[in-house]
Amino acid sequence: MSEARFRRMNDLPSTHLLGGGTAMCAGCGGLQAIQEIYDVLGPRTIFVNAAGCMTLLSIYPFTPFRGSWLYTAMACAPAGSQGVRDALDILLRKGRIGPEEDLAVVTLAGDGASYGMGLSATSAAIDRGLDFLYICYDNEGYGNTGQQTSAATPFAAATATNDPPSGNPQAKKDLFAIWVANRPTYVATAIAAEPLDLARKVEKASAMKGPRLLLILAPCPTGWGFEPGDLVEIGRLAVSTGVFPLKEWEAGATIHTKIRRPRVPVEEYLKRQGRFQHLFTPRRQEPVLSKIQRQVDEYWSRGE
Amino acid sequence: MTGNAAAAWGARLADVDYMPAFPITPQTEIVETLGHWREAGEIQTHVVMMESEHSAVAAAGAAALTGVRVFTATSSQGLLYAMEMLYTVAGWRAPFVLVNVSRGIAAPITLEPDHQDVLAARDSGFLQIHCGSVQEILDSILLAHRWSEHPTVRLPAIVNLDGFHLSFTREPVEVPDSAAVSRFLPPFDAGEASFRASKPVSRAVAVLGGAPYSYFRYQMHRASEAALAVHETIAVEFQRMCGRHWGLIDVYRAEDAEVVFFLVGSFATKAREAVDHLRAAGIAAGLVRPRILRPYPREAIRQALAGKRAVAVLDQNVSMGQGGILHSELAAALYGWSEAPKVLASFIGGLGGRDVTLEEFGEMARETLRAADEGSESPRRLLYTAQELREVRKLQGIAIAEREDISKEQM
Repeated sequence: MSEARFRRMNDLPSTHLLGGGTAMCAGCGGLQAIQEIYDVLGPRTIFVNAAGCMTLLSIYPFTPFRGSWLYTAMACAPAGSQGVRDALDILLRKGRIGPEEDLAVVTLAGDGASYGMGLSATSAAIDRGLDFLYICYDNEGYGNTGQQTSAATPFAAATATNDPPSGNPQAKKDLFAIWVANRPTYVATAIAAEPLDLARKVEKASAMKGPRLLLILAPCPTGWGFEPGDLVEIGRLAVSTGVFPLKEWEAGATIHTKIRRPRVPVEEYLKRQGRFQHLFTPRRQEPVLSKIQRQVDEYWSRGE
Repeated sequence: MTGNAAAAWGARLADVDYMPAFPITPQTEIVETLGHWREAGEIQTHVVMMESEHSAVAAAGAAALTGVRVFTATSSQGLLYAMEMLYTVAGWRAPFVLVNVSRGIAAPITLEPDHQDVLAARDSGFLQIHCGSVQEILDSILLAHRWSEHPTVRLPAIVNLDGFHLSFTREPVEVPDSAAVSRFLPPFDAGEASFRASKPVSRAVAVLGGAPYSYFRYQMHRASEAALAVHETIAVEFQRMCGRHWGLIDVYRAEDAEVVFFLVGSFATKAREAVDHLRAAGIAAGLVRPRILRPYPREAIRQALAGKRAVAVLDQNVSMGQGGILHSELAAALYGWSEAPKVLASFIGGLGGRDVTLEEFGEMARETLRAADEGSESPRRLLYTAQELREVRKLQGIAIAEREDISKEQM
């Protein structure tokens, strides 16, 4: 299979593999992305999950997955993935299972685990060249516990631990760059609101071996403060404003897979979300807004 | 061979498929030895160096669930760092063997042995075997794999050996014939619930509410309790293989004893010597050493202690603010029983490599018997000599003098 499988929206799978009725919030950008990813990956997979929102996907005795699942803990989903991958390889090598029983190993983790507690285990799995696909659903905060600030929370966003009018004083950590510095096989960003771009990247990643990251921006209605029905629009704005660049890295080069010219002003993205309302009311925080716009502009001025 | 070499030989003879590992003193030699054998092509074990014990135990559990035989080893801070995953993989019902080379816990940091680390894992769901000799380490690893993988049990197992006293001590060891071992311990059969493309399965999923949670927790507890009988069966088979019988407890000259030492681990060697000395001096002493601490072999212990006048428990651990863990567990096992010994003395000693001398064993026995004679309350003692106190006071004196010197220089 090649990435050419998905040329147009019509090429995307029309029936969906992931079952419904999960405990996720309405309008969850993470769940939407996992649904789209699962359609491409298929059921010959094992999802090794880290503590986070998606832990609640599988609640005894139900699961939305047609393949396998293992819940580990917050810090060690890549290590759990290592155990499964190594064991499958041992069984294959010793002829105790046939290749038809093999599974693709997928680590599933939120930004809390991916940017913080699980980063050591992630980095070490990349060091070892583990053959796994890492999906980070990044909702920019500890979402499962009520959106406290994480290392993925953007500057100025109000969270459960950083109130308005200042919000989060830190900048969002660049996980993409951290992965790239670790020299894996493939690193990509994607978002559910751009399903064709996402499907191409999943297809490409799943044909590769070694450590691969899909860093998914997961707009979160409850944590970010928007109506569940606005999920796709918020996601599109994240891309069209340039706040969330869609890109991929392989073999030493980063390529942007979707470039919007001219970019929509960042304000359009911010003002749709409760977590940034303090930048507009009761009075406009012009210096903060222009700082955010400047940071986005600077990113893109470094070369597309 | 050393205790660490015996542990490596145990894993080698068990033909383990997989060893995720992380180094820590005094365990490192075990994973190094297996690594060298792997490099030399003498074993087929896949060895992978992890970045932490937390990850090593996660990988071990995940691999066991996928259907391979797994071995790993750690010590002390490493066991504590892995603690979340010890509980987790036991809940997964992932069968594998973890050797713990026991060592005191920080702070203060030390490399020397006691049982604080392994007893911190007491309630995790891991089975626990405590070794008293180098031979017992090798044999226990074989027993532990068989026991852990048994369909009735399906719980991971810790095989504990004392750092330094066993890890670096050489004793003659009889290495069982590998063909006989493979009959005793055939390849691991993970059963139905492994991860396979044709048989999707979800493991370790969330539960909502106390009813399913309690159900699965009770199942673990029951499986652990049922493991006692399984161990007895396996021990008989092991004896058939190589002639050595390893029971739930080890009893030495306790049948007609008036006072019985009760402890786990390598101090048993010293306790035996003390028993012989005391008997030569006309005191009927004996020793009961639980080999298995989880599940707790309550009936076997009761049988061995029935009608004894007094028991002297030696704990190489402190439950801070409570006392020795072996002591309180034994008290719970004996409470209200008509044949329970009247005196149950608690001695804490052997912390962080501190020796327990023959003289101290003698004094423990005498003091315990004295309480029985006088009908007084069971003694509770922290072993420490006046000489030791003097030594520590000297160190404190140096520390204070040095600090004063430095602060004068800085003025």
